Order: sequence, then C-alpha cells, then structure tokens
Amino acid sequence: MKITLKIWRQEHRGERGEMVEYVLDDVSEAMSFLDMLDMLNRDLIRRGERVVAFDHDCREGICGQCSLHINGRAHGPRALTTACQLHMREFQDGDTVFIEPWRARAFPVLSDLVVDRSALDRIVEAGGFVSINAGTAPEANAIPIGKAAASHAFDAATCIGCGACVAACQNGSAMLFTAAKVSHLSMLPQGRVEAPERAARMVAQMDAEGFGSCSNIGACEAVCPKGISTQHIGRLNWEHLRGDLAGGA
Amino acid sequence: MLDPKIPEGPLNEKWSLHKSRIRLINPANKRGLKVLVIGSGLSGGAAAASLAEAGYQVECFCFQDSPRRAHSIAAQGGINAAKNYQNDGDNIQRLFMDTLRGGDFRSREANVYRLAELSTNVIDQAVAQGVPFAREYGGLLANRSFGGVQVQRTFYARGQTGQQLLLGCYGSLSRQIQAGKVRMHTRTEMLDVVVADGRACGVITRDLVTGEIQRHNAHAVVLATGGYGKIYYLSTLAMGCNASAVWRAHKRGAYFANPSFGQIHPTCIPVMDEHQGKLTLMSESLRNDGRIWVPIGAGDKRPAADIPEAERDYYLERKYPAYGNLTPRDIASRAAKEVCDEGRGVGPTGRAVNLDFRDAIERLGRPTIEERYGNLFQMYETITGLNPYVQPMLIYPASHFSMGGLWVDYNLMTTVKGLFALGECNFADHGANRLGANSLLQACVDGYFIAPYTVTDYLAEYVKAEPIPVEHPAFERAESSVREAITDLMSRRGTRTVDEFHKELGTTLWDSCGITRSAKGLGEGIERIRELRERFRVDLQLTGSADRMNPELEKAGRVADYLELGELMCRDALRREESCGAHFRSEFQRDGEALRNDEAFMHVSAWEHGGAGQLPTHHEESLTFESVEPGVRNYR
Repeated sequence: MKITLKIWRQEHRGERGEMVEYVLDDVSEAMSFLDMLDMLNRDLIRRGERVVAFDHDCREGICGQCSLHINGRAHGPRALTTACQLHMREFQDGDTVFIEPWRARAFPVLSDLVVDRSALDRIVEAGGFVSINAGTAPEANAIPIGKAAASHAFDAATCIGCGACVAACQNGSAMLFTAAKVSHLSMLPQGRVEAPERAARMVAQMDAEGFGSCSNIGACEAVCPKGISTQHIGRLNWEHLRGDLAGGA
Repeated sequence: MLDPKIPEGPLNEKWSLHKSRIRLINPANKRGLKVLVIGSGLSGGAAAASLAEAGYQVECFCFQDSPRRAHSIAAQGGINAAKNYQNDGDNIQRLFMDTLRGGDFRSREANVYRLAELSTNVIDQAVAQGVPFAREYGGLLANRSFGGVQVQRTFYARGQTGQQLLLGCYGSLSRQIQAGKVRMHTRTEMLDVVVADGRACGVITRDLVTGEIQRHNAHAVVLATGGYGKIYYLSTLAMGCNASAVWRAHKRGAYFANPSFGQIHPTCIPVMDEHQGKLTLMSESLRNDGRIWVPIGAGDKRPAADIPEAERDYYLERKYPAYGNLTPRDIASRAAKEVCDEGRGVGPTGRAVNLDFRDAIERLGRPTIEERYGNLFQMYETITGLNPYVQPMLIYPASHFSMGGLWVDYNLMTTVKGLFALGECNFADHGANRLGANSLLQACVDGYFIAPYTVTDYLAEYVKAEPIPVEHPAFERAESSVREAITDLMSRRGTRTVDEFHKELGTTLWDSCGITRSAKGLGEGIERIRELRERFRVDLQLTGSADRMNPELEKAGRVADYLELGELMCRDALRREESCGAHFRSEFQRDGEALRNDEAFMHVSAWEHGGAGQLPTHHEESLTFESVEPGVRNYR
C-alpha cells in the first residue's frame, strides 16, 4: 500500500511546530501502525534526517504510553484499540493519514508526537490510592467482596492512563481519568474509607493542572481504548458531593 | 567460591531468624539515609514505596513517562500464592517444591523457600491496596491453575493481573511522592553506577528530554530494571526493556549469574510481518482450556476445521499425559519447535501450532470462555484479524523472561557492596526455568518484603555518615565515561540503523543460544557477535543530537550493551555442558528430554567482567539441597 503521512514535527518545546508530509510506498496490511512509523524512521535515518519522536513501549495496548491523534481521533479509527494495537489493514492504498500529538492545555508537547502527561500522575498522587503501608495488611479473605462489585471496580481499574480522554475532550478535561480511579477505589471496601476526601483532592488537583471541566459530551468514552464508561463520572460527582455534604475535605 | 550468606537454621525458619537478627535504625536516623531505586515496576516501585514508608529518603528513576508504565504492567496470567483457599492440598512446602523443581534444581533453595513463604503476604498486601482480583459468588478470592503445577493457587485479575498489581504499587508509590518521601525522576535513564571506597554510592543518568547528564549520590543503590529478553529483538517485552543498567553495573564489578538462562514462552502470536517490532504473548492460562495440536502429517495445509480428529496430534497430551497441555514452559516451547522442525507447523509461515478452544467451548459454553479469556481473544483478533472462537489460535514460542541476572546473596545484594538487585534483574529464585505466575510474585516479594529489611541492615553501617559527595573523583570518572560513550555513538557515520543491528543480533542469538543450543552453534554465535560488534562500531548511522530527545541514541546505547551481553550468554551456555530447564544442549539429552549433570554443574555460574578486550572470569556458587534429593523432572 502507498500511504501519505502528514506528521506534526516540533523538535522541542520552545520550537514552533508544523505538519510535514512523508510518503511510504511499501506498507503492508499486516503491519501495525507503529511498525509503519518505525519504517518511516528507518527511511529518515538513511536520509540523514532526525527521526519522528513518538511515545510507545509495550505495544500490547496495556502500558498506555502510546499517544497518537490519528486522522483527528485519539488512537485512530478503531474503537477500543490503542494506537499500538492498530494495524494497517484499517487503512487503504492511497490513504493520507494525519498524525498529531495529544492536544490539551495540560499536555505540553515535548518533541514531535510526545507530550508531557505528568499532570495525570499528580492527580493520582493527590489521592488515587489506599493509605496502607507494606506489611500491615489484614488477611485477604477477611473482607468478602461481591463478584459484581469486584467486577465493576475492575472495569474502572482497567484505565491505562493514556490521556486519550483528555485529548478528545473539547474542554481538555481529565474527568474520565480521575473518575475511573475514584470509582475503582470507592467501590471496594478497602478504598471506601477515604472515598470522599479522595474525590475532593483529586478534583482539586485536576483543576490546578489546567484541565477543563466536564460538559457531559461523552467524547472521552468514545475514544477510550478500554471502554471506560462515563457512569464513573457520575460516581465521582456523587462522591465529591457527598464529601461536601458531610463537611469533608 | 561465592558466599551466598544463607542464614543458619532450618529452611522454614531461616528468614524469620534472619529478620530477628537484622539491625534496626531509629526513625530520626532513617531520615538522613538516602536510597536510589532504578526502575518503577513491581519490584522497584514496591521497594521505593516501602523504603519511603520505612522512613528513608528515596529517589526513584524510570525511562518511561510515568512509573505506572513499567513492563510489569503487561503480565497477564496471574500471581501464585500458597493460600490454599481452594483446599486442594496446597501449602508453602508445595509452592516451594514446584518452584524448585520447575527451575530444575538450579536455583538457591533458601531463596526459593522464602519466596513461597512470603507469597501469602503479597495477596494480603495487594487486596488491601484495592487490587480487584477475581472473586467467587460468595465474595472470596478465586484461583486458577497454571502450567507446571497440580493445584489451583494462581490469583488473577482477568488477563491483566500485572496491570492491576502494578497500579496498586503505583498507588503506594504515588502516596509517598505526595508525602515528599520519594522523588520521582521519569524519562530518565541510568547510564552508570558509581562505585567509590568499594561500595555503590550513586548513579549517572541522562534526562531523555533534555539530554542532560546528571549525578545522583546516596547511601545505597537498588536496581530493579527487569529482564533482557529483548536482546533477541523479537520478544514479548516492551520496546524499551533493556539490560543497560545491569550490564553497566556488571562492568563496575557486579557478577552476572547464569546469563544464558532465558525463558522462551510457548504461547505467543507468531510473526505475521517482516517489519514486526515485537511479539505478543498470549497468557499461559489459555493452556488451561485450550488444546495444543498440529496435523499428524507433514506439510498438511488444510484449514484446522477440515482436519479430522484422527489426523490431529495433540502432542503435549500424548507425550506428557500427567500434565498434558500444562507442562512447564521450556518443555512446551521445545515441543512446539520440534513439531515445526518436522514440517508439521501451521499458519502462513509454518512456524506455528494450534491452540484450540473448540472442545472447551463445547464443554463450558462460549460465555464462560468469554469471561475467562475475553480480553485475550479480543487482543488476538485485533493483531491477527483472525477469530479464535471459530478457528484455533496460532501460537509459537518467543523470548520472554530472564532467569539469569545479577548475582545476589540472600540479602539481594550484588558483589558490589551497597548495590542491590531486585525482581527479574537478579537471578536467584527461578533457577533454569521460571514457573508460570512466579514472576509477579518474586517482584512483589523482593520489593515489599525483603529489600526493606536487608537494605536496612546494610544502611545500619552508615547511620550518621554523609553520602559520598557528587564531586568525588569516582563521579567525575563515571560521568566522563558516560559522556565519551555518547559522543562516540553520535560520531558514527555508517550506513545501518540501530534496529538493523539489533535484528541481526537477535537472529544470531535465536539460532545459537535459543530453544536448543550446541557447542558448534554457540562457538559460531560468539564469532558472529564479535564481528557484528565491530561492524556496529564502524557502520552505525545515527541522526539527531545528544542534547535533545533522541530515541535512536537511547536504542544505540542499549544495543551496544546487548552486543556484549549476547557474547556472555553464549559463553555461559557453552560452558554449561548439560541440559537443564530452559537451557537445552542438543549434545546432552536422553530420549529427547534434558539430561542434567549434577556432578559437574550443580552450581550457579557467576561471571566477573574481564575489562576491555579481556575474557570474563568464571566463579561458582555451589548449590546444595537439604530438603530434597534433586530428582529428574518428570511431567509425563
């Protein structure tokens, strides 16, 4: 297949970026999208040019490091699929593919397609955990947890922290990311204890990082490679409100 | 002879006796002691969080953009623990024995016992952190069985157990970062260990965004940098996984143990395209319900559905009736290679075998299979475009886990004083072959429950001592050698990319030091690697600059290290004239099964770096087994 790529190039944060066109003549359908970028980079090296920097690591759709806006959609055209799991059989001979970094106020571009997502880490640092020290845990089966509750908690816990929800949101909000963690922990008895304070702290940190607020459009859920439901945003709001009513944090 | 410093006492009391003798440090003094942790996966993240909880100042480093992305996240199947929740006769002794036997009696008995002993604490810890393990309707934790064992002791969170355990660990780490007790350095790669006055006192790092080279000093350094299976280029590992931290530590004096012991995982998606950069693992748990087979006749190209039952060879069930499809990984991998070598492989390249769920779907119904493996089936379909509910999965072995790693004593300290190695980057627990669902276990045990004690014992010597300052000549020397290596790489003006060299190294190693090895093949492998290293020196082409983000420079540094480690792997495999676990020498077999030589090789091979142009020196740690007479592994 012949594929024309239009890629955002920006060597470093202080530089002005632009879209640059590249043409690949020999793309096969069985290739992954990132294998294709590797092939482009091989060509660039042979021409003595700087490679396109892009984030990736596990290439199994679980580490959350890949972060490409492909043809205007976070992670590209295939639902429930990270960019690293996307394969070229989704495209056709002669296609033009636009590749941009995540665009959000809280995610400054570091180089080409690589953005700084450390704001997401700081949201978790604000409270996305159970306050327990190693070696002090009670017996695991001491607290039974219903299969359904465990399963719902799991659905929220599958968030890979890629930031696609932020990139897709017109407000650049991190509500789905934050809600997934709040929801995961508040549905389990272990995390229930700190739930209201957790919600308040994480939301405050989210605001401080420059993420926008939620206006219930649902673009986040549509692009989430793990299919995390916006229902969790409802649960986050409920926990947050509960904290307020109880005069909590 | 190396001294592993195994404590006195009966096997089942060693760790508790040892803990009770370990020196303590009062909280005020702990605040003055600093530890660097390299790596933020399950062992590194757990050690960083736990050491910070204990009161030390901790700095933690990872090359990814967040500690949550370390490769522990990709472990699918589960984590073993001797909880005996299923009341099927499991206990610490059995987990210990299964691990020891799985490792083919090439692991250290005392370490393995401790691993089994502490397994129960890990589950308690993870549940308390909010890890959503699978549960039964009554609300208690569920288990499943895994390769190489006959009890159900594996805890799991769908096919994402590593992700959930790592996120629990990341939560604990984040809590300590928020508390100001851990300083996290993301997108930072460790490029050297600094050794002064005979002990590790810091590291040199490169900021992967700005290219800045930095010095960091401390009272102790903990490496938790994972395995080096990516050396084969095509592997199940993340693209960034590398051996650089351990290799550079090795060059500073840390012995490298059993480098040739690498696990080839039997159930991976086979190569589908020549440009492929990695292989994807399909969890071994699939072998619980999937049946592995190939056609009886060579060159049979019919679709699986058209091959009648009588013309299928369920070769694992046939050869190993007691364990069937659940034989340990090394045996399953070798058997797959054998049937493909016989021309009976399936799929587009003939280098694949069928993993068939037809019977399981008939027996249990599709909903049950979906619940157990849904996300794995989905992943398979995404990658291959094939539907495993209607046709068998195609699988083939791929490089996966490193049993070899830095030599450590019972305290997980390397031969460099003050330099510790945890998790996959050390060698101690898995012998010549790792049992399924034991890697997450080892990472957690090392990080949460061992290092906090043994690092404390070491630091007790340095209470009130200032760390060696970064102005010390040892830091000066280490920094300049790092800078020189980078300048050297950047100055190469050849014609071939880093990946091309890496692929060639991978193919060479796969052929000479892969599933089967021979003296002849290993000798040729060493020659080819040396020649490749020379070409890498003159014919490498890099672009970009060293003081900006430059992914090619990062890869070049890692491949330079792999080109040295690859040779050591071959040397180690060549020296070990026996077959054991994953190390299968074609000259040493009986009826196609590995033939161990306990008289000559009941030891750990620990290699000391020889310096530039010099051969490494071989040291031994002899292995003794007080609990059991080492038997021949028999899964038939």
